[in-house]
Amino acid sequence: MKPHYIVIALFLFLVGAPGNAQQTPAPPQEGTISITGATLHLGDGSIIENGTLTFTDGTITAIGADVAPAGRVIDASGKHVYPGFIAPIKSLGLIEIDAVRPSDDEDEIGGMIPHVRSLIAYNAESKVVESMRPNGVLLGQVTPQGGTISGTSSIVQFDAWNWEDAAVKIDDGIHLHWPRSFRRGRWWLGEPRGLQPNKDYADEQVEILDFVRSSKAYGTGANADVNPAYQAMQGLFDGSKRLYVYADGEREIIDAITALKEAGISKVVLVGGYQAYKVTDFLKEHSIPVLVSEPHALPAMEDDPYDLPYRLPKMLVDAGLLVGIQNEGMANFQTRNLAFYAGHVAGQGLDREKALQLISGNTAKILGIDDRYGTLEAGKSATLFISEGDALDMRTNLLTHAFIDGRELSLETHQTELWKRYSGKFARQ
Amino acid sequence: MKWKLAIPALLWLGAIGYGQDYYPKNDGVKASDENYTALTNARIHVSADQVIDNATLLIRKGKVEQVGASVRIPENSVVLDLGGKHIYPSFIDVFSDYGIEKPKRAPGGGRTAQYESTREGFYWNDHIRPEQQALEAYSFDAKAAESLRKLGFGTVNSHVADGIARGTGVLLSLNPEGGEGQRVLDDVSGQYFSFEKSVTSRQSYPTSLMGAMALLRQMYHDASWYEKGGASNTDRSLEALLAQRGLVQFFAAADKENILRADGIGDAFGVQYVIHAGGQEYENIDAVKATGAALVVPLDFPEAFDVSDPYQAGYISLADMKHWNQAPTNPKVLHENGIRFAFTLNGLKKQSDFMEMVRKAITYGLPESAALRALTSEPARLLGKADQIGSLQPGRLANFLITSGPVFDKETTLYENWVRGQRDVLADMEQKDIRGTYSLVTGGKTFTLEVGGKAGSPSLKVKRDTTDLKGKIGYTGDWANISFSDGEDRYRMAARVRENTADLQAKTVLPNGQETRLTLRRTAAYEGDKPKEGEEDSAPEVLPLTYPNVGYGYSSLPTRQDVLFQNATVWTSEDAGILENTDVLVRDGKIARIGKGLSPGRARVIDASGKHLTAGIIDEHSHIAALSINEAGHNSSAEVKISDVVDAEDADIYRNLAGGVTSIQILHGSANPIGGRSAIIKLKWGKPASELLYEDMPKYIKFALGENVKQSNWQSYSRFPQTRMGVEQVFMNYFQRAKEYQAKKASGKPFRYDEEMEVLAEILRGERFISCHSYVQSEINMLMKVAEKMGFRVNTFTHILEGYKVADKMAAHGVGGSTFSDWWAYKFEVLDAIPYNAAIMHNQGVTVAINSDDAEMSRRLNQEAAKTVKYGGMSEEEAWKMVTINPAKLLHLDDRVGSIAEGKDADLVLWSGHPLSVYSKAEKTYIEGVPYFDLEQDAQIRSRMEQERKTLIGMMLDEKDGGAKRTPKMNRKERLHCDSL
Repeated sequence: MKPHYIVIALFLFLVGAPGNAQQTPAPPQEGTISITGATLHLGDGSIIENGTLTFTDGTITAIGADVAPAGRVIDASGKHVYPGFIAPIKSLGLIEIDAVRPSDDEDEIGGMIPHVRSLIAYNAESKVVESMRPNGVLLGQVTPQGGTISGTSSIVQFDAWNWEDAAVKIDDGIHLHWPRSFRRGRWWLGEPRGLQPNKDYADEQVEILDFVRSSKAYGTGANADVNPAYQAMQGLFDGSKRLYVYADGEREIIDAITALKEAGISKVVLVGGYQAYKVTDFLKEHSIPVLVSEPHALPAMEDDPYDLPYRLPKMLVDAGLLVGIQNEGMANFQTRNLAFYAGHVAGQGLDREKALQLISGNTAKILGIDDRYGTLEAGKSATLFISEGDALDMRTNLLTHAFIDGRELSLETHQTELWKRYSGKFARQ
Repeated sequence: MKWKLAIPALLWLGAIGYGQDYYPKNDGVKASDENYTALTNARIHVSADQVIDNATLLIRKGKVEQVGASVRIPENSVVLDLGGKHIYPSFIDVFSDYGIEKPKRAPGGGRTAQYESTREGFYWNDHIRPEQQALEAYSFDAKAAESLRKLGFGTVNSHVADGIARGTGVLLSLNPEGGEGQRVLDDVSGQYFSFEKSVTSRQSYPTSLMGAMALLRQMYHDASWYEKGGASNTDRSLEALLAQRGLVQFFAAADKENILRADGIGDAFGVQYVIHAGGQEYENIDAVKATGAALVVPLDFPEAFDVSDPYQAGYISLADMKHWNQAPTNPKVLHENGIRFAFTLNGLKKQSDFMEMVRKAITYGLPESAALRALTSEPARLLGKADQIGSLQPGRLANFLITSGPVFDKETTLYENWVRGQRDVLADMEQKDIRGTYSLVTGGKTFTLEVGGKAGSPSLKVKRDTTDLKGKIGYTGDWANISFSDGEDRYRMAARVRENTADLQAKTVLPNGQETRLTLRRTAAYEGDKPKEGEEDSAPEVLPLTYPNVGYGYSSLPTRQDVLFQNATVWTSEDAGILENTDVLVRDGKIARIGKGLSPGRARVIDASGKHLTAGIIDEHSHIAALSINEAGHNSSAEVKISDVVDAEDADIYRNLAGGVTSIQILHGSANPIGGRSAIIKLKWGKPASELLYEDMPKYIKFALGENVKQSNWQSYSRFPQTRMGVEQVFMNYFQRAKEYQAKKASGKPFRYDEEMEVLAEILRGERFISCHSYVQSEINMLMKVAEKMGFRVNTFTHILEGYKVADKMAAHGVGGSTFSDWWAYKFEVLDAIPYNAAIMHNQGVTVAINSDDAEMSRRLNQEAAKTVKYGGMSEEEAWKMVTINPAKLLHLDDRVGSIAEGKDADLVLWSGHPLSVYSKAEKTYIEGVPYFDLEQDAQIRSRMEQERKTLIGMMLDEKDGGAKRTPKMNRKERLHCDSL
């Protein structure tokens, strides 16, 4: 740590982070940094024991057991190095306090609003985003919520002055919530509360497909007037954007994938996939990756086994699918537990390095940022961290260093500052 | 009462005098009818237990004069020879709302709750309406009376089915003529209660089942205080309640567990209710029997689900499927257990299904005599009117049915229903039975006509050679109308059914339009509908019950085992710390010995090498396994008890066991500064709710502070308190009043028993402990100061997310903290919540637990405890205590559970590895030596459930050939949280 950082850190500690202090983003990497003696978890399913990793100008230059250290050397003997974890399908930075409406920018009105973009509302100074970092979550897909087509997401890194600074991949994908063939009774309209067939299911599908087809038709002709919604959809037909389709039921998954593929959308990602384990052959046949819901969920159906959500990611991996974990349905602060989701799946018998892929290498591939992120590999971004121990287990997920594009970021947060402030108070008594 | 003019459009034969003999008459001459009617040659079911063959029923002026085989028929008698037909007493429904105007729903209802009552001079709660008289709301409904008579009913006890105390019923005879003077048999026949609020008022309290229970208790207390002259005002509700206490008391429980709830209230106040059941009593029959209550039982057996679409079938829970299969056994099970019960039409979607449902109950094992009793003598007895209705002994009302055969047989025709001697003809009993096989030859073609079905409304099958043709038959009076077509030609015929020949002579319209007379020659007598193959003989297959009778229930309850865990890593949660390679011996449900190389004796040996054994996890803050969590109708709800509403069938109990949890405190929610009393339970899946509760359960109550109690996060501006300042005043006021209440009580002066004040007084006396939902430091400090001023100690702050800011003060006060591991940012008051909270509080000497407040998280509290190692550097041993012995201490249960120590309850979890590791799972969970969860057992349950589903789906497809209409609606319960209303 350079002297002026120490001064800043000390200053922050003494002042005690009043109001909305946020950790100052780190400056660009200067000189080469080497991490030595560590267990390197590559994020591609493999591991290098007692390895060395060097990076310069934000890019990994060498990695292996017999790489010669250069530049500043961080001795990480006995420690573990991981690629920065990636949190897909989250409204991080779009809402700060769930119950405080003025802090909520995650859900715009309108049913089909692909032109609504999350990036420009992303709060790079969010305290909740900041709290991701000490647990190793360094990147996220900032995603609008609600509606049928919620809008367009972007992928950001979590150490930035502003949203432009934060952007890793702008407008990467569009988010579509497929209707449900069964839905809960609208008790406020006098319906019984239980699940019941959704009579509008067919109509709702037609509405979506009409919109998709119209968007496609719009793109093939010369249009005098701009239709912002159709315009925003164009990337889906040339493959420059992904379509994230949210579906949980077996029938909905089959309906959604079949219809969207037929409509000419090339890159479709399934989000949720509660019953995806029943249609793995179908998903493989269509090469559909799955961003499966977090394992820390109760069974959705009364009679489903208690551990179905625990095992679901493993079942999909075992079936040969490309799988990542998202926790869209959870409050944003929970996303710092991403590593423990992966750990929990490993507890169900999935190889630990494969479990790691669910929140790193696989996710990068699914989001289309694997050219730079997701794994530890020469030529890729030095977005990584060092943990005292196994980062997938809560007892040993203890970060000592974290880097985004080679920049060494602070691991302090609003929360660590309060911790130190009050521990200090009691120490003085 | 709205005395409406009765204009029945009916066929009236045999007019029996029904004029009131002292009424003046101006539209003719006055006359009385002193004649008798004798129904002879009948098989008379005088009651369900007495049948007389070739008997005569002699009636006069609407009453039975004589009944028997040797009745002398007076000269002035109209004689009806029944030729062997049956006579039964007509049916009675004690739980009807026939003729009662449906109460109108009160309009309005903004977002702000209405806390006050809308009436003056009545009870303080609008839902207590004992002054409501069914007679006032009654008017004769000729159409409804007619359809009830068609089903065989002669008398109903009607009431206003609205409110918690619903007032009196009115016993009504269903005779069409004679006016209300001959219909109202008793204008105050029974008093009715329920747990459901009145729709006529929007008064908020009670919002929950437990609140309704508390309200009923307070109502009885208040009545007794009022009776003693305690009140200075007039309360017409309480006066009515007191005046009506001698009547039969009916309780609309409508649920197998609510029966127990209602009976418990009754027991406390010396009332034995007659209880309206829910239809699932076959599941908890022992407990229902133990209430000693007579029941009113619905017949609304569920229809089969449509399972032809496998996706759709996937949404139906096993519990719902099983209920479809098992529900028709309910009356049989009640009967076999000696429970007295009456049937009711209440709950039937289509009343016309009534007979079919009774038959179904009989098919599933209910004796016919018991079914008849449940419709006649039993309801009469429940009403205390057995001397008037329900049987046909002399002196009883002449309410009877004439049927072609045994009343419940499928092919029996119900000919007539006489009510008070007034004859209602439902089917012409003189009509000839024309069922049989006929042959018709015309135009060189030969047709076979099979007339079957019911004698009064036959059906027709037509064949030409072996080809089935379309045809139909209508049969009214002496005329049978038949039409059919053989594809080429159409034939229409009308036959007068003659007495002297079995053949039918029919005027026929031939295909060419010519009219002629043809003879349908009878070739065979009617043999009855042939049963479908295998249908008749085999009793319906009924799946066995499980414990509980929902998904993941056990085939038989697991039993206590003496067990020796050998060679485990034992986390004692005691000073002994973590012991390697150690044995733990369990005997008689207790931890008998801890040591190395222990001899198993007779105990079953479990090799625990490489595994870890811990005490069961205890969750200080849970909301699973309860039917309601908040009573939000008042800002103080100390009178409510979660233990009243424990739901022993909540699947989350089983899921918690699978996460190594053995004990939980079910806390009231955080709607009010003063919440309700807790239930502390062990997760004994399969046992009834009463057996889940701890013996000598420590007394707890939930308090709450902050945003929820000031209703900050929704549009509510009318309830006190709206600020933290007001919250303090609520507490000060209630405790001050509780002190004054105690003083008054101690003085020996008369006082109004106040359940709420009783509970607060327990807190003041140190007998009941507070677990207080709390977030920010100011309010935490405030409650400690309130307690200190009032002379008691706060036991636990739960959530306590800013506890780290005042940990020193907490330690000084002696209060514990039960907190989340890492929650924050979900509302404004948790902006400063930090995951280091537990560690800081612990370091200051506070007893700290990690809790869930969440059905999902509670299943992996071991992982949540592990987070304190990461955040704040707790030792693993201390981290583990945060979910075992520390919550046990906070619940005053540390002498019984929470650690592995000799003499404590054998509530144990065997983990596949280190219990704080994200990679470990609970393999076995024991409570008091009983294995309530076991991975192998779980696998067996899953495959059995799979099998049961398959069987039931097969049965449903068979029943309706896949054409069942009922679409699935999963009964999934809402999952409850702190702020669930």
